[in-house]
Amino acid sequence: MSEELVLSVQHVTSGYQEGGVLRKKAYHEVLHDVSFDVRHGEILGLVGESGTGKSTLARTILGMVKPDKGQVVHYTKRPQMIFQDPYSSLNPAYSVEWILEEPLRIYGKYDAAERKRRVRDMLELVELPTECLKARPAELSGGQRQRVSIATALIQRPKFLIADEPVSALDVTIQAQILKLLRQLRDELDLSYLFISHDLNVVYQLCDRVLVMKSGRIVEQGTVDEIFDHPKEAYTKQLLAAAE
Amino acid sequence: MRQRNGYLTAGLILTAFLAALIILGYFWTPYDPSAMAVGPKFDAPSLAHLMGTDNFGRDIFSRVLKGAGTTFAIAIATVAIGAVCGTAVGALTGYFGGVVDEALMRFNDALTAFPSILLALVIISILGPGKKYNVILALGLVFIPSFARVTRTAFASLRDVNYVKSARLMGASRGRILVVHILPNTMSVLLPAITIGFNNAVLAEASMSYLGIGVTPPDASLGYMLSEAQSMLTMAPWYAISTGLVIILLVFGVGLIGEGLQRRGREVA
Repeated sequence: MSEELVLSVQHVTSGYQEGGVLRKKAYHEVLHDVSFDVRHGEILGLVGESGTGKSTLARTILGMVKPDKGQVVHYTKRPQMIFQDPYSSLNPAYSVEWILEEPLRIYGKYDAAERKRRVRDMLELVELPTECLKARPAELSGGQRQRVSIATALIQRPKFLIADEPVSALDVTIQAQILKLLRQLRDELDLSYLFISHDLNVVYQLCDRVLVMKSGRIVEQGTVDEIFDHPKEAYTKQLLAAAE
Repeated sequence: MRQRNGYLTAGLILTAFLAALIILGYFWTPYDPSAMAVGPKFDAPSLAHLMGTDNFGRDIFSRVLKGAGTTFAIAIATVAIGAVCGTAVGALTGYFGGVVDEALMRFNDALTAFPSILLALVIISILGPGKKYNVILALGLVFIPSFARVTRTAFASLRDVNYVKSARLMGASRGRILVVHILPNTMSVLLPAITIGFNNAVLAEASMSYLGIGVTPPDASLGYMLSEAQSMLTMAPWYAISTGLVIILLVFGVGLIGEGLQRRGREVA
């Protein structure tokens, strides 16, 4: 692990306006002065209860939401995202092969043969059989779908990936397989992750460093050992106690 | 895996049969549809004249084939205009939302408030009556709002679904997202809407031609023939009955397809 950065989030504040013509306008702050870095090669966990703004932070990092203050600096190209629900992240109208090839078609630099080759390589990396190529997403299991989602996210060969609760919709055994796969892919493809989860056990297994978020603020950050063995903040202690 | 769908199968068989007859009618009819005295006047249905003859001794079966062809072509062209333009409007307003969406949809509401036949009448009177292409244009324009409404809802509901978000992250253009990523997933609402639109177009064309503002001679359509048949209802009831029956079967067959598609959509969902 180096000190080279893949992402720098600097003093990001974000919120939304409520109300309008008839009601009084109210500003709800979702993220408050959030700053952190993702270093090259690391898996950075982001934990906190649901509703603390983790997903909003992910959307802000990927530019789907504009921050009201602060900035997000990317040091890699085309960061991708893996979503929690593997049922809605794959287009039901197409075959797995089409879905995997689509990012390459959009990228537009490869001919058909090269695209097919890359799709097969990626399929092997996520450990799916080639029979899956002809299937529709609806015909796959949850674990297989999540593997296809991961393959789709990685096929443009990004260097940074945001995973938003990627295993929380899966069975425990499948969870372990997907986590193992994510770790493997990080090593083989030289990736860095921001791994969002409310499940501290999963974060403990997978991550190198952890951010603890509460009500739109980062309340504590450190290595997994620091956070899990020597939590400083009362909120972190509370979270850990709840996960016991 | 997919369950057999009785409605869809029955509708497809009936419609395919009628479509085959109609296409045959473009190339060949038992008699020249406008030739007079190919048989006796007001002859009842027989093997020589399957649907009998009219007041000029013309073969009604040949005329029905030809007329159904005109009606069929008008309905398809009408639905094509309505579906293509309506889907384009629905896709843009549903996906992008905002002020344009609001404005267009309120305009849409205003248009929908008029009975479609009345609206088509107004357009026909501006374009000039009696021409086949004006009927198509008028009905096509009238059909745009209903398609726009249906597709707008579908596009709006899919614009923030995860696979669309991820296509955006991949760098897909807006056009590609709309046409390649979202459009195929709106088929479960678009296809039934097309079948309903087709039936409404058949009935609207028939009503307009019956009223004398649609297709006029030398073109014949089912609606025009129905108005002709009315004047000889007592002498040649088979004329009105066979013409009406063809309209009913056409609408029934396509209606079954629509119902089948809707049921299949519900199963998938």
